[in-house]
Amino acid sequence: MTLISKVGNFVTGTARMAFLGGNRYYYAWLAVLGLCIVQASFAFAHQFQYGLISTSMRDSVSWGFYIGNFTFFVGVAAAAVLLVVPAYVYDWKPIKEVALFGELLAVASIVMCLLFVLVDIGRPDRFWHIIPFIGRMNLPSAIMAWDAIVLNIYLAVNLVVASYLVYCGYHGIHYNRKFVWSLVIFSIPMAISIHTVTAFLYNGMASRPYWNSAILAPRFIASAFCSGPALLLILFQILRKVSAFEIKDEAIHKVAELMAYAMGFNLFLFGAEVFKEYYSNTHELVHYQYLFAGLDGKASPIALYAWMSLAFAVISFFLFLIPKTRRNMVTMNIGCVLIYASVYIEKGIALIIPGFTPDQLGQVYAYVPSSTELRVAAGVFGVGFLLFTLMVKVSVAILFERPQAEAQPAHA
Amino acid sequence: MRELPTLPMPAPEPPAEGYTRREALVMGLFALAAAATTTGCAADKLALDDFVAKHFKDLSPAELQDRLAQMEKRYTESYGKPVKVSATPAQEGVLFGYALDLSRCIGCRKCVYGCVEENNQSRDPQTHWITVLEMDKEGGVNLQNANAFYDHETVPAPGKFYMPVACQQCENPPCVKVCPVEATWREPDGIVVIDYDWCIGCRNCIAGCPYGARRFNWGTPGIPKDEFNPVTEYLGNRPRQRGVVEKCTFCIQRVRQGLYPKCVEVCPVGARKFGNLLDPESEIRYIIENKRVYILKEELNTQPKFFYYYGL
Amino acid sequence: MALGVFAASLLTACRPVEEHVPRWSKAAAAAVRQADDTTKAPAKTPVKTAAAQFPVAPPPFSDGVFPCSECHGKTDVVNRTPHPVEFHEDIVLRHDEKNRWCLDCHDAQNRDKLHLADGRLIDFTESYKLCGQCHGPTLRDWKAGEHGKRTGMWNGEKQYLLCANCHSPHSPGFKPLKPQPAPVRQEAIK
Repeated sequence: MTLISKVGNFVTGTARMAFLGGNRYYYAWLAVLGLCIVQASFAFAHQFQYGLISTSMRDSVSWGFYIGNFTFFVGVAAAAVLLVVPAYVYDWKPIKEVALFGELLAVASIVMCLLFVLVDIGRPDRFWHIIPFIGRMNLPSAIMAWDAIVLNIYLAVNLVVASYLVYCGYHGIHYNRKFVWSLVIFSIPMAISIHTVTAFLYNGMASRPYWNSAILAPRFIASAFCSGPALLLILFQILRKVSAFEIKDEAIHKVAELMAYAMGFNLFLFGAEVFKEYYSNTHELVHYQYLFAGLDGKASPIALYAWMSLAFAVISFFLFLIPKTRRNMVTMNIGCVLIYASVYIEKGIALIIPGFTPDQLGQVYAYVPSSTELRVAAGVFGVGFLLFTLMVKVSVAILFERPQAEAQPAHA
Repeated sequence: MRELPTLPMPAPEPPAEGYTRREALVMGLFALAAAATTTGCAADKLALDDFVAKHFKDLSPAELQDRLAQMEKRYTESYGKPVKVSATPAQEGVLFGYALDLSRCIGCRKCVYGCVEENNQSRDPQTHWITVLEMDKEGGVNLQNANAFYDHETVPAPGKFYMPVACQQCENPPCVKVCPVEATWREPDGIVVIDYDWCIGCRNCIAGCPYGARRFNWGTPGIPKDEFNPVTEYLGNRPRQRGVVEKCTFCIQRVRQGLYPKCVEVCPVGARKFGNLLDPESEIRYIIENKRVYILKEELNTQPKFFYYYGL
Repeated sequence: MALGVFAASLLTACRPVEEHVPRWSKAAAAAVRQADDTTKAPAKTPVKTAAAQFPVAPPPFSDGVFPCSECHGKTDVVNRTPHPVEFHEDIVLRHDEKNRWCLDCHDAQNRDKLHLADGRLIDFTESYKLCGQCHGPTLRDWKAGEHGKRTGMWNGEKQYLLCANCHSPHSPGFKPLKPQPAPVRQEAIK
């Protein structure tokens, strides 16, 4: 059997696994995601035809919901793989699986990141201008060019490792440990770097005092270490219910404990930022005033979310810090949801919008995403979650459901 | 390894051969372009030529001439009058500088609308390259108290002063630094320009500009045919497409021909000054050497070539 | 390799700050030095002499008043004490009016001319010399192109405006203007 036919076999075989043999919840979930994607394609077609005027972004607030989501998912992508570190340090049994699911989540997240950038740019037809050698990348000075490079390398590394692991599982071959683990180890600093470079994208702009803070990158890493694992913890619990995937409660609680430290650190950094702004009370405080209250006597449309994010962060911090609530599956899962929501608001709303409000000339434009933006974003979520679901389904089918006899032919 | 019992599958396609990677990529681009033209971009006259258009600096002299002729033809058809598109190079020994007298500006916004007409800014949706800020005299230059939307019967309003802001043509421009595709750069005569055919519309430059000087074409720019200024420059006031960024170029189509920028000429109080910073006899040098100069956000080290000053 | 370039650019960025001199002025000095050596001079404003140096717009006479000698003869008896002038009642003097009157500037003998403080007669097209007697620094700035509006070429022919083109000599303060419309608020751009 040639390599090409083996790969072809793998593709068709995994496609079958992805779409066949699910229960009705699985198909309902796929249908929901499909619906998200279909409605979004209409919204995007409208945006593509009439331009970004169909969003609420304008010259004052020139980035919005799309770039917020982009930033959030860079964090998820980074933190998903970082989960390999505790898995390795504490020597959990299913370390290969933890690494694999982390990588799959990273792949899906990066795909969402790239889609969010693609729907945000004014000329998506000119995306090729940023491709190395064909286009014209502004290196070394443009952080966005670096971001494009590191995100794509990170995507490639995770895609290679994940598909190689699944491919080996599919054909019943023993994977090359050295190859896989060197790439996994490589992806750990890569994970830190993608989120750092993304933070530098904002951090480096002296024009925007709200972002021009040296602790922005550490804050990004700390908050990402909360949101990424939150998603995976919930996934692990679902998987061990519906498949042969095994992970001990202790491992889950350990992750929750690490998340508590990350969240604690995140809150500390945030507090340091808030102290600096309010105590020094310069003109630059206006961005925090817009975030938490409003300006010129008008309530800010994001203030409620900002307070929600902060409240969720504090609550989940204590839920994960106190051993009793951390070890209780109900309160722990509530904590996961709160952490996810908190970081999502922090990155999606509280990071971008106040940076632009008031604008560089002090003018206030109260940005609230338009329905087009919400619909397109839902579609990007749909694509990402669909991709993740299908990849997880295939992986689960190969790793836990196929009898070893079928996977490993007698004559191997 | 021997064959496994496998799931049925179609015969694999023979691997594509005979193309270099670059050719394959460009072919893919063409296919995408074809798809794009049929899905609504046709209305925006997004021709294949535009899609694969090279960066301004990558054009050979012959290619540039072709491109200019092509643009002239297209714009002449669109606007119903002969349109000239030039690509005038910077003069040697010239570094443009601008000065604006804060003690004289009365906030009448004549510069704003003069600029709109000269530089073919979109009327609907409205694009203004110049923002005139009104601030309290007692507060000084405090942008947090600035109002761009003042609407008095007459100006100047008592107790107020005015600060028009447009591109400051920085020597150290953050917008150029952050552009991921080199679609914007500083010319030898100090003008920061944009290649509208290369800009991808990511708006990093808008985020990076400390002066709120850059404008994005959120929708398709709309200019009445009879108001269209047919004397245009490739890196200046030629028509822009939807989805790209634009800004003040010191009227590159005028100043590279020796003329003053339009805003200088329409200012009713003579608050706007322009000239060659390298010429010791120029009025701009006179101002910098003899007047009190104020540089907007000088602490950001952008080193603008736009100087506010107090003439009185 | 890209990393190397990046590192190199970081190193460049980390150089000690040079003395605080605007870069253009260094460039200017360099350009001047170069001009001494070679013929590559910076594009200069051509310097002209005498009247051609300040090509001004025509003086803004009210319709039908000039030449003044059509009404004012050379031999008219002149009342040199300030008094209301019926024919010119449209002129409101708001220009240091307590200390000043028509004949401080207009010449009593030759009404088609103005006179300077030392008695020299000048044409209306040179009225800036008269204004400059009191407003010296302003005249200096005007000559340099700082005060007032100039149009034309930044590197060539310029059109100056007389002081009187913008400031009525009898009432020089600027009148308030109606501003052009405020920009459309971004909320309203759809």
